[in-house]
Amino acid sequence: MDKTTEKAPRPNNQTSVFVQRKRTFTLAFLGVAALFVVSAVVTNYEIIGGLESIPKAVIWMAQHFVPNAKAWSRLPYILSKLVETALVSVAVTVCAAICAFFFSLLGTKTTRTAPWIARIVRIIAAFFRNVPDVVWAILLLFSFGQNILTGFFALFFSTFGMLTRTFIETIDEVSASCVEALYATGATSLQTVFNGVIPSSLPEIVSWVLYMIETNIRSSTLIGILTATGIGYLFDLYYKRMDYSSASLVVISIVILVIAIEILSNKIRKVIM
Amino acid sequence: MPILEFKNVSKVYNNITKALTDISFSVYEGEFVSIIGPSGSGKSTILRCINRLVDVTQGSIIFDGHDINKADKKEIRQVRKKAGMIFQHYNLVDRLSVIENVLHGRLGYKSVMSGVIGHYTEEEKEKAFQILAMLGLTEQAYKRCDELSGGQKQRVGIARSLMQEPRLILCDEPIASLDPSSSKIIMDHLSDINETMKITCIANLHQVDVALKYAKRIIGITAGQIVYDGPPEKLTRSKIYEIYQSDEGELITDVK
Ligand SMILES: Nc1ncnc2c1ncn2[C@@H]1O[C@H](COP(=O)(O)OP(=O)(O)OP(=O)(O)O)[C@@H](O)[C@H]1O
Ligand SMILES: [Mg+2]
Repeated sequence: MDKTTEKAPRPNNQTSVFVQRKRTFTLAFLGVAALFVVSAVVTNYEIIGGLESIPKAVIWMAQHFVPNAKAWSRLPYILSKLVETALVSVAVTVCAAICAFFFSLLGTKTTRTAPWIARIVRIIAAFFRNVPDVVWAILLLFSFGQNILTGFFALFFSTFGMLTRTFIETIDEVSASCVEALYATGATSLQTVFNGVIPSSLPEIVSWVLYMIETNIRSSTLIGILTATGIGYLFDLYYKRMDYSSASLVVISIVILVIAIEILSNKIRKVIM
Repeated sequence: MPILEFKNVSKVYNNITKALTDISFSVYEGEFVSIIGPSGSGKSTILRCINRLVDVTQGSIIFDGHDINKADKKEIRQVRKKAGMIFQHYNLVDRLSVIENVLHGRLGYKSVMSGVIGHYTEEEKEKAFQILAMLGLTEQAYKRCDELSGGQKQRVGIARSLMQEPRLILCDEPIASLDPSSSKIIMDHLSDINETMKITCIANLHQVDVALKYAKRIIGITAGQIVYDGPPEKLTRSKIYEIYQSDEGELITDVK
C-alpha cells in the first residue's frame, strides 16, 4: 500500500495545463471587469442616475401608451399589416432556408466536393451573417428604394448566412456516419443527401427555421420602419403623428404575435423531435 | 484469380502520417480474412482503400477486375456496390425505419432519381424482408433504428450490405461496441454468410481470440506493415506479441 504515497508519473506539461487553466480563468474575469469599467467610463454611464429615471419612464409610458377607442378602431388595419409582415417573414425564411440547405452541402466536411470550395462557402456565409439585417436594409435602400423588396432581401441575406452556418454544423454533427455508409453502398451524392442527410438532420433543420421565423418577425418590424413597409411602417407613422395609443396597440399586437409564434413552434418542435 | 489484390500499397495522410507502407496481399473468393493489429496500425485504412473512401498514395488495388485507383466516378460506384461495408458504430440512418435502412443497400443499383425519391421494386422489398428474416429481424422491420439494441443495429448493417449482393464484405470492427453474446450472434451470421453465400469477408477485429476462432486466414499488421499472413493455426504466441509490440504477459488473451 506504499504505492499511494508515490506520485503518479505525469508527462512534463501536465502541471502547466492546470496552471494555465487557472490563469485563463483569472484573466477572463479581470478582462470582463475591465471591460465593464472602461465602457462605463467611456459612455459616462451613471448607474444611479440610470436607475432613478426608470420610474419616471414607466409612469410616462403608462400615461401615453394605452390603446384608446380610436386606436381600437384601427385594429383591423393593424392586423392586416401584421399578417402581411408575418407572411413575408415566413416566406423569406423558407426561401433562405432552402437556398442555405443546398449551399451548406458544399460546406460540410461530409458532403463537400472539395476543401477549397467548402472554405469559400464558409467565408460567404460568414459575410452574409455578420452584416446585420438592418445594415443590409440600409445598403439595399440605395438600390431598391423604400420597397418591400428591400426588406425581403435584407432579411434573406442575413437569414441565409446564419442558416448556412448552422446547417453546416448540424449536418456534420448528425449525418457524418450515415453519409459515409451510404457512399460506401455506391449511392450518388444526391441520393445520399435525400436518403441520409435530410432524414437525419431534418428535425434540427426545422427547429432552426422556426427559430429564424421568430427572429425575422421581430426584425421585420424594425426593417419595416426603414423601408416604410408592413407593420413597422405603421408603428412609425402613428409614432410620428404622436398617436401613441395607436402605436402601443401595434406594439402589443406584435408582442402577442411573437409569443403565439413561439408557442406554436415549440409545439411543432415537440412533435418532430 | 484473386478477387482482391493489394500491390505495394502505401498510404500517407496529409503528407505526414504514414498509415500503410508497401502492403501486398491477395484475397481469393470465399475466404474469411481477419486483420488484426494494435490501434492506429492501419486496419481501417486498408478497408477504406478498397472501396475508395480513402485514396491510396502509392501502389495499386485490383478488386473484381477493376484497378480501384484508376476508377472514375462511375466505376467507383460499380466497385462500391460490389463491396458491402459494416461499421463499428453501425452508421445507420437512425431516424429511418429498419426496412428503409436495409433498402439503402440498393441505391448503388438505381438511377439517381429513383434513388432520390426512394422508389424500390417489389422484388427488392421482398428480398429485403427475406434478409431480415434470415437475420431474425422480421419483428423489427418497421421500427425506427434508434429504438434498436446495438446487436440489432449491427444486424441491420449486415442486412444493408447483403442487399448490395456484394462479392466482398468489409467489416471494420463489427463487434467492438457489443457485449459478448451479441458479438457471437454477429460473428456467427458473418461466418454463415461467408460459408453458405460464398461471400468473401474481410474483418478488422480487436479480439485475437475471436479472429482465431472465425477466420480462415489472419493478417497481422503493425505500424502499417504486414508482419503475419497465414492460417490461424500457425499464429504463435510470440508472433501475436510481435504484432501487438507488447511484452509477454501484457496481452490479455487466452490463446494457446
Ligand atoms: N482521416 C485521417 N486523417 C489523418 N490521419 C488519419 C486519418 N485516418 C487515419 N489516420 C491515421 O492513420 C493511422 C492508421 O489509422 P487507422 O484508422 O487505419 O488505424 P486502425 O488500425 O484502424 O486503428 P483502430 O484500431 O484504433 O481503429 C493512424 O495513425 C491514424 O492516426
Ligand atoms: Mg479502425
